[in-house]
Amino acid sequence: MPRLLGVDIPNDKQIQISLTYLYGIGSHTARELCVKTQIDPTKKARDLDEDELSRLASLAERDYTVEGPLRRQVGQNIHRLREIKCYRGMRHRAGLPVRGQRTRTNARTRKGPRKTVAGKKGVKDLK
Amino acid sequence: MGRSTKKGPFVDPKLFAKFQKVGNTAPITTWARRCTIVPEFVGATFMVHNGKAHLKVLVTEDMVGHKLGEFAPTRTFRGHGGKGNKR
Repeated sequence: MPRLLGVDIPNDKQIQISLTYLYGIGSHTARELCVKTQIDPTKKARDLDEDELSRLASLAERDYTVEGPLRRQVGQNIHRLREIKCYRGMRHRAGLPVRGQRTRTNARTRKGPRKTVAGKKGVKDLK
Repeated sequence: MGRSTKKGPFVDPKLFAKFQKVGNTAPITTWARRCTIVPEFVGATFMVHNGKAHLKVLVTEDMVGHKLGEFAPTRTFRGHGGKGNKR
């Protein structure tokens, strides 16, 4: 399996697909990369030669924010919000949805697994 | 959806006029939570209404582009659960 930008090992799919395994590259950017490097997007990733791989890697690194730098950027943005104690930052701290979603029900992605409270209405029914 | 860039950021005219008069000398008490923090405000202190009281907000550089109201929470969360749950 070819390696691109350090740790990422896309498999034997078409490159336009396997590129999306990189953090920060979706199908749109993947296609764009193929066009810019003049590689057939439907070519299988395992059929790429060294030169093509390095062309993809260098272009992705130069013109797009991907992988490590992107993760860092996102982290910094969240860190900034936390620091200035604004509403969004406080939601991040509390581990609750940040964009105004309801929390009476749902919001399980942010809140994590349900913590059942004994004695609360409806708990008996669950048994 | 965000605000159209064409219009520029919303800055409360009354608050801004007051700010230009008073400057950074004293905290400005305001109800204008919807007012965007513009670069000029950096270093100033505002007393922002949260529906009940005015909370002190010291504007730093990072806050530019946010609204004043984002820094004066309107709700207090006291935690869930009563006597029975405390252990």
